Amino acid sequence: MRFSRSFPPYVAPSTSVSGVMRGVLVAMIPGLAAQLWQFGPGVLVQLSIALVVAVAAEAAVLSMRRRAIVPVLRDNSAALSAALLAVSLPPLLPWWLTVFGTLFAIVVGKQLYGGLGYNPFNPAMVGYAVLLISFPKSMNHWLPPADVAAYSLSWGDTISAIFDRSLPNGLTFDALAMATPLDTVKTRLALHESLDDIQAAGSFSRLAGKGWDWVNLGYLIGGLWLLRRRLISWQIPTAFLGTLFVSAMLFFLIDPARYPTPLFQLLTGATMVGAFFIATDPVSAATTPTGRLIYGGLIGFLIFVIRSFGGYPDGVAFAVLLMNLAAPALDYWTRPRVYGHSR
Amino acid sequence: MIRLWPFRGGVHLDTQKAVSSVLPLADADLPSRLVFPLLQRGGENAQPVVSVGERVLKGQVIARGADSPVPPIHASSSGLIESIRPLPLPHPSGLCDWCIVIETDGRDEAVEMTGTADYRTLSPRSLRGLINEAGIVGLGGAGFPTAVKLDPPRSVDTLILNGAECEPYITCDDSLLRHFPQEVLEGARILMHILGVPRCLLGIEDNMPEAIAALRSARQRDGRSAIEVVPVPSIYPTGGEKQLIQLLTGREVPAHGIPADAGVVCHNVGTAAAAFRAVVRGEPLISRIVTVTGRGVRQPRNLSVRIGTPIADLVRQCGGYSERAERLVLGGPMMGFSLASDDLPIVKGANCILVAAAGELPSRGQTLPCIRCGACADICPVNLLPQQLYWYSRARNLERAGEHQLLDCIECGCCDTVCPSHIPLAQTFRAAKSQVIANGRERERAHHARARFEARLARKDEQRREQAEAAKRKREALSKPNGGEIARAIERARARKQAASPSQVSGSAHGSPGTVIQEPDETHGTCPVQRPEPAEH
Repeated sequence: MRFSRSFPPYVAPSTSVSGVMRGVLVAMIPGLAAQLWQFGPGVLVQLSIALVVAVAAEAAVLSMRRRAIVPVLRDNSAALSAALLAVSLPPLLPWWLTVFGTLFAIVVGKQLYGGLGYNPFNPAMVGYAVLLISFPKSMNHWLPPADVAAYSLSWGDTISAIFDRSLPNGLTFDALAMATPLDTVKTRLALHESLDDIQAAGSFSRLAGKGWDWVNLGYLIGGLWLLRRRLISWQIPTAFLGTLFVSAMLFFLIDPARYPTPLFQLLTGATMVGAFFIATDPVSAATTPTGRLIYGGLIGFLIFVIRSFGGYPDGVAFAVLLMNLAAPALDYWTRPRVYGHSR
Repeated sequence: MIRLWPFRGGVHLDTQKAVSSVLPLADADLPSRLVFPLLQRGGENAQPVVSVGERVLKGQVIARGADSPVPPIHASSSGLIESIRPLPLPHPSGLCDWCIVIETDGRDEAVEMTGTADYRTLSPRSLRGLINEAGIVGLGGAGFPTAVKLDPPRSVDTLILNGAECEPYITCDDSLLRHFPQEVLEGARILMHILGVPRCLLGIEDNMPEAIAALRSARQRDGRSAIEVVPVPSIYPTGGEKQLIQLLTGREVPAHGIPADAGVVCHNVGTAAAAFRAVVRGEPLISRIVTVTGRGVRQPRNLSVRIGTPIADLVRQCGGYSERAERLVLGGPMMGFSLASDDLPIVKGANCILVAAAGELPSRGQTLPCIRCGACADICPVNLLPQQLYWYSRARNLERAGEHQLLDCIECGCCDTVCPSHIPLAQTFRAAKSQVIANGRERERAHHARARFEARLARKDEQRREQAEAAKRKREALSKPNGGEIARAIERARARKQAASPSQVSGSAHGSPGTVIQEPDETHGTCPVQRPEPAEH
């Protein structure tokens, strides 16, 4: 009798790339739900645009590279990049900017480097950074949270606003838009207002910014579930949130009139989605245990520096991209001690 | 209770031990043909000491190593030497090599075997000799000569017996410990006597309760004993030599070192039982317990098998293949290797024949690019970074792979079982390791060749320099007008000749065997010099 041969081991893995990516997508649901609740249906429209464009762009590049399309699309990685970019965008961003950002993320950020596994930068953050640098005004046009919004947009209003730039009678984009809490703090601190006065405004809650605290709590829940399922490593989010908290605490203690509380830093902006979903992208992050601690820690620190002293209200995208650059060096210099070797 | 020092990483596998444990241990039938590959562990062939047509008895030596440390091969039953010819080997390469084939005669007649009732009367040296002469090699799979391991280059304080059968499916050690605990313990005492160590730790996986109970009751019957039976957690690869040493002693075998460097010698429990039989009963290693298992075979069980028995005979005795038999593996599913055919013999290190039914050992899905998730690094028992090793191995950057300690990979295959991209990591590392080793040899050869070439150049230079110097001296001597040494010498010689035979004129050769030849001379035009001719001209 003849038998087929292959290489050992003959125990097949129970995990798959598509399963990992699907798990991360599922974990985004609480945060996404909070965004939908607080900022209206825009986020789902942006998500749909980004998903369609990402899949189409990936398929197009793969066919140009003469690669098999279906197995690659099935790995869900393009969908995850699209989702991470979409939830970072202002809800009413014009559709063509979403298309442009997604195209840039998938084509330039990912496929031109060789596709999944070969991209040195987080594709979603590449797309986000390009949009933020090129179209700063549109990218800062956020909506007020549900609590303080004078007008809530219906699905139809939202779709026509995104695709047609038309709003219901009597409304203008400028009237509708509202700066994010981080943006507000930054702008008014620059005008030498005190933090107490700034945060007395109706859009701030006791913890952080209204609406934003819910969104961050949603992503925190999803992130904890990811940790429990061991879909992400614990080092990056722990070090990320840890250093952000510690640096914020340090400056808050020195000058509470100019530096918001550590809790504010943790629960505003893209902190939680950044800590659990963006910085943990394994392809572009450091991969050794120690390297991941340093990587996550420096991202948290850079976010604090950019928010407090930089030109942009939030710094997750730039902090992540900067540390992506450092990941290979971190990996090389933090190799763990191998069995039988001295340090 | 002894303290355990858990090693890092490892994976929990579906052990499938029950498959082969339903039926009791039985003796394998005497096959009509026994096959003994001559290829030994070091890559050298043992030399046959019998000739075709000769009748041999069970226990008779049929081949010996050219060097003494290679243990001899014994006939495992009586019969005629049918042939000595190249046959396929049970080896990952699937290559053919020289084998001795015995046509058994069914009488199973044995040579006289005499043992030593009390091993304490023998010196460690002669015990090692007995063990080597009995053909004993490590039965855990590596097949290293046991007597060599019993003669460590430095002093050790602990003997570890490996009963941690961590590979799924395999139950041959479990079966041995359940049925022959006394032989294993007695063998352990012999090994301790040879090594002169005060303690022995017998590591056994905690999912083998019957074996643990059998060992404990056998140990109690002897009263006090320096042998400790230590249940260890069933995590793959607990039974790896380095992992078991770390688990039981907290010591690490240094890189490029051997267990003795950590003060430990480690043997398989089957090896200890074989040592007992060799010393006390005078029985060479001619049989071992083999697990025949998997859902591709109808009646999986453990068999006590004569070395040299074809795999096909064992499967037949176990009810033959089921319709869904798909893959034949020698060893376990993690570190065993697949065979193309069952027409291969059981060798001393063969512990398991695994016949997998379709879907039982599913092949991995399509390989995707590495996403550097690090799941492999989390479970690597030796703390490597497989994701980095894979990156460098694929890029053929073997230097960087070496910096990441590629050569320390124990090829356990844990990383393959957790990789979401379904990358054949262990196979990649096996290939890269052999490439590194081959490159190293190549470099050594090139280095050697260069050293020889440079020495030759230096020699040539020296010669040329000496020649040039000699020529220069000669030239200088001749260039001095009438005052040169040579010219004076020629003058002297001529004068002497003329004085001895006045009739001889310069330039002629009367009655002399020599001829006159003319040699060019740069300074003096032509100067005829007489030169003797070679005798055989």
